[in-house]
Amino acid sequence: MTAPLLTVRGLVVRYGKLTVLHGIDLEVFPGETVCVVGANGAGKSTLLKAIMGAAPVSGGEIRFDGKPVAGLATEEVVSRGLVYVPEGRMLFGPLSVEENLRLGAYVVRDEQRVQENLERVYALFPRLEERRHQAAATLSGGEQQMVAIGRGLMSGPKVLMLDEPSLGLAPKLVDEVLETVDTLKAQGMTILLVEQTVREALEIADRGYALQSGRIVVSGPGRDLLEDDRLRSAYLGL
Amino acid sequence: MDILVSSVVAGVLIGMVLALVALGLTIIFGVMDIVNFAHGEFLMLGMYTGLLTADATGMDPLLGIPVAAVVGYLLGIACYWGFIRFLLRGPMVAQLLGTFGLMLLLRNLALLLFGSEDRGVNAGLLVGKSVAFGMGVIVPATKLAAAALSLVSFAAVWLLMNRTRVGKALTATALNAQAARYMGIPTERMNALAWGIGGATVTVAGALIVNFWSVNPYVGLLFTMIAFTIVALGGFGSVPGALAAGIVVGLLMEIPGIWDFVAYATEWDWMMDVPVTSFKYTFVYLAYFVIMVVRPRGLFGWKH
Repeated sequence: MTAPLLTVRGLVVRYGKLTVLHGIDLEVFPGETVCVVGANGAGKSTLLKAIMGAAPVSGGEIRFDGKPVAGLATEEVVSRGLVYVPEGRMLFGPLSVEENLRLGAYVVRDEQRVQENLERVYALFPRLEERRHQAAATLSGGEQQMVAIGRGLMSGPKVLMLDEPSLGLAPKLVDEVLETVDTLKAQGMTILLVEQTVREALEIADRGYALQSGRIVVSGPGRDLLEDDRLRSAYLGL
Repeated sequence: MDILVSSVVAGVLIGMVLALVALGLTIIFGVMDIVNFAHGEFLMLGMYTGLLTADATGMDPLLGIPVAAVVGYLLGIACYWGFIRFLLRGPMVAQLLGTFGLMLLLRNLALLLFGSEDRGVNAGLLVGKSVAFGMGVIVPATKLAAAALSLVSFAAVWLLMNRTRVGKALTATALNAQAARYMGIPTERMNALAWGIGGATVTVAGALIVNFWSVNPYVGLLFTMIAFTIVALGGFGSVPGALAAGIVVGLLMEIPGIWDFVAYATEWDWMMDVPVTSFKYTFVYLAYFVIMVVRPRGLFGWKH
C-alpha cells in the first residue's frame, strides 16, 4: 500500500487551559476523499487549522508528503501543496473574482501555470468566468463558495482541505457544492472534507472520521459509518 | 479675484504634498490596523535627509529625494522588524504607547544629532524662482515641483499596489490577513513592506517640503496631526482617498486667503478685523473633529 500523503498522530490542541483536541489520529492517502464529521464545537475546524499552522499544536505530530509540518508558518504549509478553503469562505470582497482566484495562485511563480489553473477553474465553474470582473462580495452565497473552492485549486494543491463548504447555503446549493467535491474526487484530487451535512458527505467520502468533543469516536469507510449505530443516533437522528 | 484663485491654486498644490505625507500612514493602518504616532518624525527625518544631502554634496536639494526614499524605506523596515512586530502581539494600548515612544525617540535623536535651531534650504535650482500662470497666480517653483513629484509618487504607489503581484498580496493582507496566509502570502513580510513603503513615501514628502519649509526636530507633530486628518477624511487604508482628502485639507489651510477675498469683495469690515491667518490650522483640526463625530470611517472609506 502507498504511504499516506497526510498523517496526523496524537494531535493535541490547547487554547489556554481549554483542550480542544485530545490526541487525534488521522490519515489521508493519495487520491482519497476523507470526511470528518461531528457536531458544532467538536473540533473539526480546529483540526484543519492545526494542520495549517493556524492553531497552536501542543502535542503530537503532523506529516505531509513525508515531512513534518507541525510548527511551520501557514504560508510555508501552503507552498508545500496543502491548501485550506476556510469556513465562511473568507474572500477578498472588494476584489474581483479573477483577482481572488489569482491570489490563490500566489505561491505559483510561473504565469503560464497560473493561466492553466485559471482555465481549469473556469471549466469547473463556468459561472465564475462570466462574473470574473465582478467584486467577489457582490456574488451570491453559492457563487462565493465556488470562488473559495476555485481559489483553493489555483495553486494546484496536493491535498485540498474544505472546511464546511456547504455552510449557510440553501439545500439545492448544498447538493451543488457536494457534487463539485465529487467531480474533484473523480479528477483524482486528494480531499479532506469537514462537513455538517453528514449523510451526503459520507456518501461521497471513501473514508470518514467522526469527531466528538475533540476525540475520534468512529472511523472507517464512509458507507460503514452511515450504518454505525453510534453515529446514526448521535448525528443523523435515526 | 486674484486672491481667491491664488489661494485655491496654493491649496491644491500643498494638498497634493500633504496627501503624500498621509499616504504612508493610511497604508500602514490599512495593512495592520496600527496608528503610527511617529509618522511626522519620519517626515522630519526626510526633511533633514534632503537638507543634509544637499549640504554635504553641494548638489541641488531635489537630488536628496532618492536618498530620502532609501533612508525612509530602510528606517520603516527596521522599525517593523525591530519594534512594531512585537507591539502587534500586544493590546491596542501597547501599540498606541509604543509608536508614541518611537516618536519621542526619533525626535530626541534628531535633537541630539542636528540641534534645535530652525534650518532651511537657501540655495538650489528652484529656490527663489516662481512660475506665473496669469490671473495674478504666481507659484513658487519649489511648491510646483513638490506637487508634481508628489503626484508621480502617488502614481508609482498606485501602480505597485494594483499592477504587481506583491502589491496584490499587500492588498490581500490589508483586506484579510488570515485569508492571505491561507493563500501562502507571507503576511509578516507584507507588514514590513507596508512600513517600507510608508517610510519611503513620507521621507520623500519631507525632502520635497524642506525646499520651502524650515525644519527643526519638533516639526513632525504638526504633520502627524495633518496626516491624521487626511487619513480620517480619506478613509483608513484608502490610497485614492488620501489624495482627494489631501487636496481638501490643502484647501482648508487656504481658508484665510479665501476669507480675505470675501472680506474685500463684500467690504465687510468685521471680516477684515478677524486675524484669521492665525487660525490656519484650526480649520484642519475642526474638520478632523467633525469627521470623527459624524463619520468615523472616513468620507471615502472602503475598509471596515
